[in-house]
This record gives sequence, C-alpha cells and structure tokens, in this order.
Amino acid sequence: MLRFDEVTLRWGDGPVLERFDLAVAPGEVAVLLGPSGCGKTSLLRLASGLVRPSGGRVVNGFRRTAVVFQEPRLLPWWSARDNVAFALLAQGVSRDAAREKAGGLLGRFGFSAADCAKRPDALSGGMQSRVAVARALAATPDLVLMDEPFAALDVGLRRDLQDLVRGAVSDTGLAALFVTHDVTEAVRLADRLLVLSARPARIVHDERVAPVAEPSAIHRAAAALLDRPAVRAALLGPGGVVQSSFRR
Amino acid sequence: MPHRLARAALGLAGLAVVAAGWQAGWRMLGPFVLPQPAETVETLARLVVDGEAGPALRVTIVNALGGWAAGAALGTGLGIAAGLAWPLGAALRPVMTVTLGTPPIAFVVLALLWFGPQGGAPAFTVLVTTAPIVFAGAAQGVAARDPQLSEMARVCGAPPLLRLRALLLPQLLDHLLPALATALAFAWKVAVMAEVLAGGSGIGGRIAEARAHLDLAETMAWILLIVGLLLVCDGLLLAPMRRVLRGRRPHVAAG
Repeated sequence: MLRFDEVTLRWGDGPVLERFDLAVAPGEVAVLLGPSGCGKTSLLRLASGLVRPSGGRVVNGFRRTAVVFQEPRLLPWWSARDNVAFALLAQGVSRDAAREKAGGLLGRFGFSAADCAKRPDALSGGMQSRVAVARALAATPDLVLMDEPFAALDVGLRRDLQDLVRGAVSDTGLAALFVTHDVTEAVRLADRLLVLSARPARIVHDERVAPVAEPSAIHRAAAALLDRPAVRAALLGPGGVVQSSFRR
Repeated sequence: MPHRLARAALGLAGLAVVAAGWQAGWRMLGPFVLPQPAETVETLARLVVDGEAGPALRVTIVNALGGWAAGAALGTGLGIAAGLAWPLGAALRPVMTVTLGTPPIAFVVLALLWFGPQGGAPAFTVLVTTAPIVFAGAAQGVAARDPQLSEMARVCGAPPLLRLRALLLPQLLDHLLPALATALAFAWKVAVMAEVLAGGSGIGGRIAEARAHLDLAETMAWILLIVGLLLVCDGLLLAPMRRVLRGRRPHVAAG
C-alpha cells in the first residue's frame, strides 16, 4: 500500500500540496489527471522518496518501487540492453544474468538484437521510451510510478506504449500510479481515475473504472468524465489545460 | 582508411615543407644561425649511436611523465573532491587559478632554491603546472553531472560503486580526458624548459650544454629528439585519448 497521510509540500511561492490524502492498493492502476503545475509530479517524487514532505507522511509499503520519468533518462554511453540491465545491476544481479534478462525483456518490447546493442542516441524517441519502461519493469517492482512518460511522443506511438504498459501491468499484477494530463490516456490505462484541482492539489474526482480499449468507448468515457462539473472546473477552468490524444 | 592515409600523407607533406624551409634558411642565413638539416640528422645519429641520447631521453621522460602522473593524480583527486563538496571547491578554485597563472619559470627557480639543481626541480615544475589544468577538468566534470541521471540511479537503488562506474566516471571523462591531454602536451614543454634552467642530464640540460658550446647542430639535434618524443607520445597516449572521446560523441539519431 502507498499512502499519503495529510501530506503538505511547500515549494517556491506557495503550497503544492496541503494536507493531501491518497492510498494506492496493491495491483491498482491509479491515474492522476490534473492541470499543468498542480503538483502531479511532486506526488510521484514524494512517493519515490526523491522529495520529503513539509508536513504529514508518505508511507510506501511496497517491496520495490520503480519510476518512469517524463524523459527516458538513459545512460548515453551504454547500449539499450545495458541501460535495462542497470536496474538489475542496482539490485545486485550479476552482469551476465542482468544483460541476459534485459535482452529478453527488450525482445518482448519489439527490439532486435541489433537494436539492443544501440546506444540511446541511435534510437528513436519511441524506442528510448520503451527502454525506459523496460528498465523500470526489469527489477520486478510491485509499484511503478509513471510521470507522463509518453507526453513527447506522437499519438500512434503513445497508444502503442500505453498498450505495452497496460499489458505489462496486467501480466505482472503490479500497482501503478500514472500521471498524465491526457484524458484519453487516463481512460485507456486506469482502473482508478483521480482528478486533481489546481494548486494546492486536492482530489476533486475519484472513480473506479474498467480500462477501455475501443476508440469509441474511450471517446465516450473521456466525454463522460469531462461532463462532470468538478472535473470540468479542474481541467478546463482557469489555468486548467486539458489534452486529449483521441482522434476520430 | 583512405581518409586516414590522406591525412598521414598531408601530415608528412607539412613536415617536408618545414624541412625545405629549414634547408632554405640555412642557405640564406648560414651555418652560424641555422645548421644544415643533414648535419643535424648526422649529429642526432651520432648521439644515438654513442649512447648519449638514451639516458637523456630517459631522464626527460621520467621528469615529464612522472610530473604529469603526479599532477594528474593530485588534480583529479582534488578536482573530484571540489566538485562533490562545494565548500572545498570554493576554497581550492582561487588557489588553482593563482597556480595556473604563475609562470612555470617561477616554479623552476623556486624548486631550484628548495631542492637544489639535482633535486627534481623539473618534475616538481611539471607537477605544479599540470595539476591545476587537470583539477579544472575534473571539477568541471563532476559539477556538470546530469542530476536527472543521478535521480534515476537513486530510485533504482544503485549502490555507490555502480553509480561511480556507470554515472560519475563516464561524465567525468568527458571533461577529464581533454584536460589530461592538454596537461600531457604541456608537461614535455615545461620539463625541457625546467631542465634547461636546472641543467642536469635530461634533454633540456643537454640543450643548455650544446648552447654553451655554441654547437648549433647538436642543439638542433636535441630539439629534433624532443619533437620526435612529442610525436611518439601523441601517437601512443594522446591519439588513443582522442579516439575515446570521439567514440563517446552522440551518433545521429535514428528516425
């Protein structure tokens, strides 16, 4: 279980979070939607231990937590395979075993042997994102934190990677806290949808949903979500920027 | 490969132009200003055959490489420490700037006074002139670390040794290797200059001796020897460093 108990975070000119409460259960895929700058990334940084709260407490009871950042954050001097192996080396796995497992994982993500040997600067943006996701999953976490990892990719590629992540999460039963400001991405991935207000962030909508894959169903679910007054106010109100990658 | 051959051929052509200029200078100015190239080469051959060149080379190599290695170790250690701990960096930077700005000849004179003519003045001078160069590179390399990669390593739970090997050293090398190469090129010049002033049995000392005897051919022969040493050093040490750096530059991204 990941719990935020009355968490306050002050940063710069005002509070990012004020007495914020949230719990993510094992196996749950919680997607956080919110306007830019509302504190979504701060929540993930608190959950991963990169930032300490100014008040309250964050309790992460998961055995192992992995993070997929907004940028792939790959080691430019290592191959794709070695970048994935890094997460395993960090867990004390031997070099040979780490590389073998990393190669297998990348193979499942559509990488050829030649692709595995390429350094990040020789990979496309989509492939770099796959490597970052593979690195996060390599160390078999039971919680993965994802901070808009596909925001910079085009719509088609983003959908492929969303399916990849959804498949990996379903296969392994791990919990995920996924941050996005793309409503359709949220609807595609979530089995729990949380909408945050502008700063200081508070949850204005919390709904358990069944992930949808059909484009028309995604569109309907996204439209239904945006029809809710509290969600509309949070995402479309002053300062709220909503993004949808859905195309008819 | 053809590109490499062309580069080598052009390099040789450049050296041939210098040799031709030297020959022309000898004809115009006379042997009291510039010795004949052939005579210089003969003198150099004699120095090698008579066994005078070997010991002089050894002494200069020990002075230059020994001083460089000590300066590199000191500069790297202090530079990494300064990059990791800002108070140390703030305290050391002005010291290194002052050291770097002090003419090497001042250190030679001081070292001669402190250690005497046979007391390692050239190696000491090389050490104090190369250490600040390497320090600057190492400190910059540590300071220029990508904080995003450090965060990634932290959330992966990477232990310190893995962070050192996978993150710190590769980022450090980008700045440290050019600094080491610059310091090494500098080390030869400083070593010979210090030997000229300190005397002794190194190449610089032999140049000073030949100058005292007004033996222009021998002076030029020793200079040729040190230039040859520089070229060998470039091929054996600096060229591999340049290759490492080139190999680390980003490729063109695939679509």
